[in-house]
Amino acid sequence: MLRIEPRPTPSRRMTLAAPLLALALTVATGATLFSALGHDPGAALYHFFVGPISDRYGLAEMGVKAAPLILIALGLSLGFRAGIWNIGAEGQLIFGAICGGGVALALYPYDGAWVLPLMLVAGVAGGMVWAALPALLRTWRNTSEILTSLMMVYIAALVLRLLMNDLLRDPDGFSFPESRLLTNGALLPIILSETRLHLGAAFAIAAALLVWILTRHTLIGFQIKVAGLAPNAARYAGFDHNRLIWLTFMISGGLAGLAGVGEVAGPIGQLVPVVSPGYGFTAIIVAFLGRLHPVGIVLAALVIALSYLGGENAQINAGLPLAVTGVFQGLLLFFLLACDVLIQYRIRWRRAP
Amino acid sequence: MTELLALHRTTKRYGAVVANADISLSLKAGEVHALLGENGAGKSTVVKTICGLVEPDSGFLSWRGERVILTGPADARAKGIAVVFQHFSLFDALTVAENIALGLDNGRADSALADRIRDLAQRYGLAIDPSAVVGNLSVGEMQRVEIIRALMQDPQLLVLDEPTSVLTPAEVEALIRTLRLLADEGRGILYISHKLGEIRQLCDRVTVLRSGKVVGETDPKASTPDQLAEMMIGQRLTAPSGKPPVNSDARILLEVEHLNAPAGPLGLSGLHDLTFTVLAGEIFGIAGVAGNGQKALLAALSGEFPVSSDSMIRLNGVAIGRMPPQARRSRGLAYVPPDRLGTGAVPDLDLSENALLSAYRRLAMAARGLLHPGKASHFAQQIIRQFDVRSAGLSARAGSLSGGNLQKFIVGREMLQAPSLLLAAHPTWGVDAGAAAAIHQALLDLAASGAGILLISEDLDELLALADRIAVICDGRLSKPMAVADADATTMGLLMAGEAVDAAH
Repeated sequence: MLRIEPRPTPSRRMTLAAPLLALALTVATGATLFSALGHDPGAALYHFFVGPISDRYGLAEMGVKAAPLILIALGLSLGFRAGIWNIGAEGQLIFGAICGGGVALALYPYDGAWVLPLMLVAGVAGGMVWAALPALLRTWRNTSEILTSLMMVYIAALVLRLLMNDLLRDPDGFSFPESRLLTNGALLPIILSETRLHLGAAFAIAAALLVWILTRHTLIGFQIKVAGLAPNAARYAGFDHNRLIWLTFMISGGLAGLAGVGEVAGPIGQLVPVVSPGYGFTAIIVAFLGRLHPVGIVLAALVIALSYLGGENAQINAGLPLAVTGVFQGLLLFFLLACDVLIQYRIRWRRAP
Repeated sequence: MTELLALHRTTKRYGAVVANADISLSLKAGEVHALLGENGAGKSTVVKTICGLVEPDSGFLSWRGERVILTGPADARAKGIAVVFQHFSLFDALTVAENIALGLDNGRADSALADRIRDLAQRYGLAIDPSAVVGNLSVGEMQRVEIIRALMQDPQLLVLDEPTSVLTPAEVEALIRTLRLLADEGRGILYISHKLGEIRQLCDRVTVLRSGKVVGETDPKASTPDQLAEMMIGQRLTAPSGKPPVNSDARILLEVEHLNAPAGPLGLSGLHDLTFTVLAGEIFGIAGVAGNGQKALLAALSGEFPVSSDSMIRLNGVAIGRMPPQARRSRGLAYVPPDRLGTGAVPDLDLSENALLSAYRRLAMAARGLLHPGKASHFAQQIIRQFDVRSAGLSARAGSLSGGNLQKFIVGREMLQAPSLLLAAHPTWGVDAGAAAAIHQALLDLAASGAGILLISEDLDELLALADRIAVICDGRLSKPMAVADADATTMGLLMAGEAVDAAH
């Protein structure tokens, strides 16, 4: 008989092994799915997982997609560790994009050296402003930040659409709901020639390092950890919970805003009605897949970025529907949650009594 | 006397932990049988076995001489076994009669039921109004509801798990009279407790448990409390050496003046006009039944919920009423909270991180926001050494320590910050006797060195043994402090029940 028994202490090994096991199960299920659809599973998996990154350009594209995911997931992981749930990073990304892009468009056609830094600052500030409202409502009125931050996403998306149809629309654009193309000085420099990999990727790595130092070596990081593990102990120690709410919302909002302006000043190069394929939501998966740890988040973001690229590539080369991307992301999260049981429990074979 | 229920060498394991080993126990009709043991001795597992919640790994039960297997609480009830648990399962919003009707198979809260309740209440001296809403009852009254509910099924065997831990002395007396009455009718009673006085007063037989094993069975009235305590603990305890009396001209360390606080967040009750002082070298005790404002007082003094005016609380002459906890700590306050796992320590963090928890500011372990792990682990090492904390080392999770060792760690962490005032709440609740003795000695030593201690406890014996002066908190009000020599059990009991608070003023 198969029995699930609680472990005396959580398994450290399983904490690391569970994501890998989940990945393996996802691939296996994917292969079964492909063959059930009448595709050669080997070829389909190749087109999904290997094809997209078989050349230099493909690898760079993975970085392009991973950079915003890393930035956002890093910020979210801080709040999640403390039990503070910012679900609205997508909205903070959009508002960051609006503010950063808005600065460039307001200065157009001026193209000086300080345009880009100003855009980045505006993007970060925009994300923070959008995160401030849920933080304020939570600390002032104890409103659930899960709901308010989520609702702010839809407001941000509608504000962007409104601006695209009106104030920020390209005057020479034949009424298309898009802004002007940004000038070269307003674009993030490419850091790998003949690809689209831009400075945002370097920001992501730097942010990972900073978050690692914050969680590992600072009093704030310790406070975040205690607040998440034992809220009563945090109150006993005198950690100011409202301050932690503000801090985590400002960091995650700022990083999401930076990711937003990075998209506008990076691969997109202008403001459009949809600036993100849901990076703000996918980053929640990335944060948990990466165990809320900076190194884990970088790796998880690369895997998820690959699933975006893989979906497109499998559609072009193997005739698979684009929905495969969503299926793989869903399977991965599902298996991860299932495998997480093995951290607290172990499976044992036992003869029936 | 006929035997009702018997356990025959039952053993129950949870993983590697043996909760019960070879327990044999015989409960007879008309007899009050005590099960005595410290926290963690295996008493609860015995109760769960008797009411069918736990099936023993080996050994068996018999009912009236015949071997039985109890499949669950309903089965046990059908046999005639009723259990009153330590934690009540009553709905606050319903009346007494409605709560009791819920426990019956086809019960309706009609007038017939109300009559039966009144009848039982009168016969056994369990004064209760069937139409009262449970949420408005005192803890003692709620327990009477639980007992009446158990009696509705006319049980042959009544099991009571730690029934007196929340009662005032007067309520304990009433309960003992009720239980005697029930036993005289020929019912069997299993009385689970670690309070020696009650057991010697009430019970005919006592079975003593220690670390999951039966270590003896005897007549409690023929044994001295010391003999019973030794059986329970397994060692002879040395009384803590005392401390010098408080100087008449000792400095005032803590001054609480007209402390008022509204009933507030997290279910804290209100505080009404508390005034007292704690002197240098003094242990000031606050007694009281749980839930009478102790939590609110601790929150106000520790700074977890600052009060409305600074001058209500003064520490070393400085008004601190509105300061946050860390600011109070750096001015010399230390605090042993009532709940060690989850408040006093973070179960999932290691000892060195737990050393940081309350000490980082006073002992400068975080300069300019950066942690100094070396200082934290050095401090943790010092606590472990000086307070004899048994653990797997600095990297042991706090949750892996036994209750007594974790409590010693927390007490040590607070004391080694050299506080001028220590706030200690139930410092020995649920810890083994050895650790309790060590903690008591440490408290006395700290006071002897000139610090003040505010000791809040529900354990009267502990307060009477340690405190210089003592006051009683009841319903958010504090009685006039008295020298411990003047505090006898009767006065304290009345004060705890809220009956003589006004007279004492």
